[in-house]
Parts: sequence; C-alpha cells; structure tokens
Amino acid sequence: MAVATSGAGTASRRTSRGAFNLRKLLQLNWFGGAAAWLWLVIVMVPLYWIVVTSFKDQTAYFSQNPFALPTAPTLANYRLVIESDFPQYFLNSVIVTAGTIVPAVAIAFMAAYAIVRGAGGKFLAGVNGLFLMGLAIPLQATIIPVYLLIIRMHLYDSLLAIILPSIAFAIPLSVLVLSNFIRDVPKELFESMRVDGAGEWDMLRGLALPLTRPALVTVSIYNGLGVWNGFLLPLILTQSPDKRTLPLALWTFQGQYSVNIPAVLASVMLTTLPIVLLYAIGRRQLLSGLTAGFSR
Amino acid sequence: MTVPSAAPPVLPARARKALSGVGRSGPVAWMAIPALAIFVVFGIVPLFGVLFLSFTRWDGLGAIDPAGFANWRSVLSDPALPHTVWVTFEIMILSWAVQTPLSLLIGTFLAGRQRYRGFLAVLFFIPLLLSSAAIAITYKALLDPNFGLGAGLKVGLLTQDWLGRENLALGVVVFVVSWQFIPFHSLIYQGGVRQIPTSMYEAASIDGAGRIRQFFSITLPQLKYTIITSSTLMVVGSLTFFDLIFVLTAGGPGDATRVLALDMYKRGFQANLMGPASVIAVLLVLIGLALALLLRRLGGSTTASQQEGA
Repeated sequence: MAVATSGAGTASRRTSRGAFNLRKLLQLNWFGGAAAWLWLVIVMVPLYWIVVTSFKDQTAYFSQNPFALPTAPTLANYRLVIESDFPQYFLNSVIVTAGTIVPAVAIAFMAAYAIVRGAGGKFLAGVNGLFLMGLAIPLQATIIPVYLLIIRMHLYDSLLAIILPSIAFAIPLSVLVLSNFIRDVPKELFESMRVDGAGEWDMLRGLALPLTRPALVTVSIYNGLGVWNGFLLPLILTQSPDKRTLPLALWTFQGQYSVNIPAVLASVMLTTLPIVLLYAIGRRQLLSGLTAGFSR
Repeated sequence: MTVPSAAPPVLPARARKALSGVGRSGPVAWMAIPALAIFVVFGIVPLFGVLFLSFTRWDGLGAIDPAGFANWRSVLSDPALPHTVWVTFEIMILSWAVQTPLSLLIGTFLAGRQRYRGFLAVLFFIPLLLSSAAIAITYKALLDPNFGLGAGLKVGLLTQDWLGRENLALGVVVFVVSWQFIPFHSLIYQGGVRQIPTSMYEAASIDGAGRIRQFFSITLPQLKYTIITSSTLMVVGSLTFFDLIFVLTAGGPGDATRVLALDMYKRGFQANLMGPASVIAVLLVLIGLALALLLRRLGGSTTASQQEGA
C-alpha cells in the first residue's frame, strides 16, 4: 500500500510539470495566499521581537518602541547567558542528542530492514505491529514507570537516563518511515546481490544504506529536533545543575532573570541558533523527507 | 496486516514468487532485536508498569506498597477531575478547530511551485525548530502586562493580564499551540495536495467547475487520509502538551489550564503521589488510544492503518 501510494506521489509530481499545470490553478488561490501571508506575519513578529530585543539593554528595552532596532546594540545579554554555564548545558544537549540519534537510527534501520526483507514472517509482523501501536500511544504518559526503571538501574541524574528512553521513544516513527523507504528499493537489486553470494548484512550496508540515505538524514533530523528540544525527560530524570540540557536551563534561567527580558530572550536565541543554522543547511532534506514520511 | 501487502505491484509476478521464499526464512529477524529490546524495556514495560503502579502506594522514593483500588477511587471521585478532563478536551478541540482549516488553506497554497512560496516556507517553518520551553518563555515575556509587548507599545488592548485571567489564559494556550504547530500541519497538507493527480483538476475544469467547487469536491475528499493523519497527530499530541503549559502557565491561573498531563506531573512529582498520578497516566493512554482508533474508524478503509499515528 505504502509503496503504491508513494510511487503515485512521484508520478503525479512529474505530471504536474507537464502540459496541464496545477501551478496555474494554485496561483489563483487568493484565499489561501492571504491566510499564508497573514500567518507568516504572525509567525515572524515574535521572532523579530526576540532578535531585536536580545541586543538591547534593559533601559533601552523599556524606553524604546519594542520593534525598533537597538540604537546601541549590546552583547551584554549574551555574555550573561554564556556566563550562566550555558556552554555546559549546550554540551549536555549535544551529548544527549547525538547519544540518542546515532544508536536509535542505527537500530531502527536494522529493524526496518528486517521487517521489509523478512516480510511474511510472523515474528517480524508482530514486531512491526508493536511499533505501529507505539505510534498511537502518548508515550509521555509512561513517564512514572520510566522514572522507576531509571532509579532501579541506578541511572538517575545522569545523561544516560535521558538517552535510553529517548532512543525507545524515537524507534516507532523511525522504523515506519525507514521501512517505507526500504520498500521502495527494487527487489531485483536485492535478488541480484543475493545471487552473487551477498549475505543480509552485506545487502543492508551495500544496498539499503546508500539508497535510503535521504530518509536516514530526515529521520535523524526529525528525532534530533525532538530530543534537542525535549523537556519532560530531563526535568524528571535529572536533578543536578551540571546535568541540565538546554530547554531545562532556559526554564531555570527564566525563573532567575524573569524581569530581565532582553537576557531571557538572548538565552532563547542562543539555544535556538544552532538548530536554525542546521536547518539552513539541511532544510531541503528535512522538508521533503517529512512530506514523504507523513503525507500518505 | 501491513507487512504481507508489502510487495510493490510493479514487480513482475515471477520475481515476486522467487523473493517470497527468501523473505520467509528468518535470518534477518535478529536485526530487529536491538530495537525491539529497547522499545520493550522503555516503551512496553512502562505501559503495563503504569497500570501496575496505579494499584500501589508510592512516594517516588521509598517502598512500593499494594493499595488495591484506593487510588482509582480517590482519583475518580476527586471533584477536580471533571474540570481537568474538560480543560484537556477544550484545548484539544479548540486547537484542532483553529489549526485544521488554517493548515489546510496554507498547505494548499504552499503546494504551488513558485519560487517565493519556497522562500515563504523557509521562514514559515521556523517555529518547528524552537523548543516548547523556548516558545513558552518567549510568549510569557511577550504577554507580560508590565514588561511585555503591550506595555512597550503602550496599547491598552495588549496590556491585559493575559496569563492571569482564566478565559484569556486558555485562549493564549490555544493560540501558542497553533503558532507552534500550524507550520508542521501545513507541511503535511502541502505534501498531500502535491500527490493529488492533476488530471482530476483538469477534468473538473473542463467540466466548468470553479476553484472553490474544485477545492470542495476534489482537494478535500482526496486529502481524506491526510486530514486523518494530521488530526490524529493533533489530537493525540494535544494530550502531551506538557512542557508548553508547564512553562507558560503552570496550569494556572488557578486550575484554568491544568490539563491531564500536567495533573499527572503535579500529583506524581510535586505531591509525591505516584499511585494517583499513575491513574491519570492510564486515563491518558486510554483516551489517546480511543481517539486514535476513533479517527481511524472515521477513515473507513483498512488503508488507514498505514496512516494511523504517523
């Protein structure tokens, strides 16, 4: 089913460039256009406000029009944030994100490969069903037993405590998206490799891996975003300041400096900037991949 | 159910036959073991664990003692529970009702291929990148009656105590949720619209159907599964709006925005009553599953099993 529909997707994309064009039709969508531009303004106003305010000092913030560019731009807010141990929190977030995504995507890829290649086997069908079920369950609701598990494993207040459940939570969607992509690899290719004496492991590395690389990047970015921005797991599974990840650090910083709005917004800027830079680089991949993964 | 239908229809019957023999043997099965193991330990076991804990007494630190139905009795007879459930559904329904039409409109628009629409999309999707904590903190600052945007612009209408009044606070939560997620759902609809065969529009315009007519008789029905996917994500996702509400309002003012997920956190990790908190968690799982199944049923055909949840 999935193959048929995603195949149809590429086909229709091709025809849309053809004789008759959807383009012309959609060009006339004034109503949608108005909604899109209006919503763009709604999206951009707070973002613009974050950027300009983060460069103002407090007096300027109170005396100036909130949307005016800073007359005397200052980096003092950023200095304050950086001196509040943000490099440490940044490092923690990097460790947690990389420590989750690399193993999660690797094992999800293996599972997706097995599910596609071993189709027909009862065991793998069951495994697939289990992962699909995982998609429908709000996994955050299981946080209390996860907390209990982490305590019993003596992992409480460590970065590993965040990493392990994050890997588990990332698996269902990753397997779904990756298996849809592996299904698109022509079976003849697998067959000809098999005839040449390749084992499953060789086919996984030599065939499935290179052909599904875009999906792997997409799944990594998507899950990476979720982990980087995650709040509940760090909140519940860690406690010491030196184990804080960025979202948690943001929250405590805001509690401390709630009146110093420029500083608070500078902290928002600093935690978001790395992601925006990554987005600028990997945007095409992320957007097209998400579309392929969700819109069926 | 989904796996056996995996063979693509484009494959010649001969090849399919040859392959199914290979596929049926089990040497690849071990490759699924690592993912299965960690998902079972941190996904499935806790799912049953939460049911188990709902029948125990535990303060989060000490011993876990059996408690029978005491937690269930106390939670279900708690006069505050109906309010919490009501607020959860209120936020779910309102945010669905705001997001769906706007995302549909915007997604349909963005499905066009002009270059400026690509540029629009780049800016448009920035909220996807921000953490809920960052968004909540930004709006908290922005809406502050004394230090926020309204005070700075000296516009009376904007200087209300947005997060201090019950109805306003709920509206703010719905707005911020929409601000955060409309781009994502627009993206889903954009992808959906691009997969509608253009020949359908071609035929319709030959028959003289206008654009609005085409939207309602082609675009909307063709997007049926996309709408179900997006709605499932919105609805099930809204059960887990924890961080946004926790940082933005902490459930306040009073209990005006105390949704079930927050209620679970407060009972469990602030009042140290893990038993009653687990009862709430079980309710959350049941509501989530029920809604996902309901939406899938609305989808009608079995194809929906592919879309479900994803």
